[in-house]
Amino acid sequence: MNALRAFLPARAVLHEEEDTRPYECDGLTAYRQLPMVVALPETEEQVQRVLQACAALGVPVVPRGAGTGLSGGALPPGDGVLLSMAKFMRVLRVDPRARVAIVQPGVRNAVISEVAAPFGLFYAPDPSSQIACTIGGNVSENSGGVHCLKYGLTLHNVLRLRGYTVEGEPIELGSEAPDAPGYDLLALAVGSEGMLMVVTEVAVKLLPLPQSARVIMASFDDVEKAGQAVAAVIAAGIIPAGLEMMDRPATHAVEQFVAAGYDLQAAAILLCESDGTPEEVDDEVARMMAVLAQAGAARMTVSRDEAERLRFWSGRKAAFPAVGRISPDYYCMDGTIPRKRLGEVLRFIAAMEKKYDLRCPNVFHAGDGNLHPLILFDANSAEELHRTELFAAEVLEKCVEVGGTITGEHGVGMEKINQMCVQFRPDELELFHSIKRVFDARGLLNPGKAVPTLARCAEYGRTRGRGVAAAHPELPRF
Amino acid sequence: MTLEPFQTRIRDAAQRGVALRLRGGGTKDFYGNEPRGEVLDTRAYAGIVSYEPTELVITARCGTSLSEVERILEENGQCLPFEPPHFGAGATFGGCIAAGLSGPRAASAGALRDFVLGARIVDGRGRALGFGGQVIKNVAGYDVSRLLAGSLGTLGLLAEASLKVLPRPAEQLTLRLEMPQERALEAMQRWASQPLPLSATAWHDGELFVRLSGAAAAVRAGVAKIGGEPLDAAPWLAIREQSHAFFSASPLWRIAVPPVAAPLALPGAQLLEWGGALRWLAAAAPAGAVRDAAQRAGGHATLFRARDKSAGVFAPLAPTVARLHRGLKAAFDPVGILNPGRMYPEF
Repeated sequence: MNALRAFLPARAVLHEEEDTRPYECDGLTAYRQLPMVVALPETEEQVQRVLQACAALGVPVVPRGAGTGLSGGALPPGDGVLLSMAKFMRVLRVDPRARVAIVQPGVRNAVISEVAAPFGLFYAPDPSSQIACTIGGNVSENSGGVHCLKYGLTLHNVLRLRGYTVEGEPIELGSEAPDAPGYDLLALAVGSEGMLMVVTEVAVKLLPLPQSARVIMASFDDVEKAGQAVAAVIAAGIIPAGLEMMDRPATHAVEQFVAAGYDLQAAAILLCESDGTPEEVDDEVARMMAVLAQAGAARMTVSRDEAERLRFWSGRKAAFPAVGRISPDYYCMDGTIPRKRLGEVLRFIAAMEKKYDLRCPNVFHAGDGNLHPLILFDANSAEELHRTELFAAEVLEKCVEVGGTITGEHGVGMEKINQMCVQFRPDELELFHSIKRVFDARGLLNPGKAVPTLARCAEYGRTRGRGVAAAHPELPRF
Repeated sequence: MTLEPFQTRIRDAAQRGVALRLRGGGTKDFYGNEPRGEVLDTRAYAGIVSYEPTELVITARCGTSLSEVERILEENGQCLPFEPPHFGAGATFGGCIAAGLSGPRAASAGALRDFVLGARIVDGRGRALGFGGQVIKNVAGYDVSRLLAGSLGTLGLLAEASLKVLPRPAEQLTLRLEMPQERALEAMQRWASQPLPLSATAWHDGELFVRLSGAAAAVRAGVAKIGGEPLDAAPWLAIREQSHAFFSASPLWRIAVPPVAAPLALPGAQLLEWGGALRWLAAAAPAGAVRDAAQRAGGHATLFRARDKSAGVFAPLAPTVARLHRGLKAAFDPVGILNPGRMYPEF
């Protein structure tokens, strides 16, 4: 602390418990740890000096954006410094000609599209927590959103990162040119969960705003039929701007909360969006409706205006807080599967609901195979929490078994570190550790996250993660 | 088909400390520094492992012919959206990814690395490892498969890879306009800021070519906005494969810059692609001058084709980034036997 006070003002170094308490967890509140110190630098030079000071003392550092992450990636170190990037809130430059925005990492995701809008541009990745989550956090997690089938993930929309290694050496990866010489270290850094570098500046790509967009809400009397309809849309050569599925328990929870106008009779609904020029949208909507009808859609409604389109989406984006109102707690999973295995995985989840006697509504980024089953439970009951953990572990392992992954967009963090042992073999985990050492030889940056030690994997089965409830239940998610 | 033969070969080479030159069809032997070492031919390990059009993913072994992959995609109305150059009939799937090169559509659809979803590799210790997968969203572990794209075989043998694919555009049309470079750059930027279905642009010697791809309605609207004369014989294949007369000159520089960079004041002819972000220079200009101009413009220059590569093929790296490169090379290939020096002489 003295080392930090040497160059940071007193208000930027927090250590009293009442000040550090708000930083004890991120969106995954079941994991809590008071940091020894919270540092709130305001300049790049201060970030560098925080890192140099920590490196000199051999103290761990954990970077943090808005703390909305759901995998415990920003869980503080009890014996180290939580490096909050909250004060890096400036949009440094919007260049409409180059279609680039240069922003600081604490800028909220939604702000980028807001500042780009006057130029007819937008930033494409739109995680549902976009009103709160920061671009720095998005870079760490390689966040997606509901439009990433067509527009890509954070990885596809970030051009350049500037920041520091854990030793405080300045580093710049990527370029506003189409590529940079050497290995694609930008691809390695995006999604690295704050393990490889601390980002202080991000250049993102901006895209022309589509002139118009309309969404089809299609009802199905069977969840698997809805899954097959998704495949049929893609087989028809259409890449919808958004393609989302919700099952009946999810639509019922949502409808009570936001009155999105969903068909409550349907076993599942699909939201299928088209964007582009008005002519293009009319044409694509007609083609999608024909395919959906062919695939057995019982009813279809097309948004008539922007207000209705946003209302249809509001339900999807509010699915998590809505579920938060019908259950004391919920646990959100984030597995991705090949779409063709959807029926099998949904049947498996239904069987798990019976086995563990817990309800589990499903929301699904159907276009890209990313499932968000939500297990409803009461964290006050240790026994129920335990059942939830077992349920979740079985589902994630099922995702791996069918050729998918344990995390599509939330990251591994602390939460899924055991399941990494299922998805990867020891040699692969060992290579991850080698990569980490190249950037951070002493393991001081966000230690213990994302990649399990081989010893931990050996233990897995006997020890399990402790808890799972999500913070910020009011925030729209995913 | 197993990876065992590759593993044995690499383990043996590591033990003997002998360099291996990983090679598919050899169509890109000209690219990068001079290949050296015993040839490890990847072509026997061939075949499409899985392809289901509705999953938008194809998985193939490294030795599979790139043309074969494209043919099967075409039969199903799909394509590799980044339009990779082949540079010869023998181009392989693995070589394509290891070289990491993209063609005309990359500026709008994304580059090769954007479509890599997963890979199975054999590292420099002969270990068979798998990263990523066959799903579009996957954040478990570091993104090793994308790191391997464009690594020129220096980190591992790319034995198998999964790429995201997309539907072929319904309509495609190329327009030709006449204008000098400065105006062409300005026009390409203006169009790129608007919701137009641009899928390729190229300028050379006063001629600007613009390709529009997508729904018929969108292409029609684009033609109305851009103007120019529709072409029957479009130049895209000749540009992608560098069979266009411009590319016959040597040395050939590939200069990547932000698209808004002003025309580069360098001697010699230029051909622009990717809305001005890719500038090919055919000139025997001093390497230092080319690299300085690229750097001043915010980009970098690669000596793409040349007999004399003593100036270095790739732009020098910043010291910290260079240290990370050496570290990664050592992590993947501790003895340094996989395509040593192909990217940078020091590793």
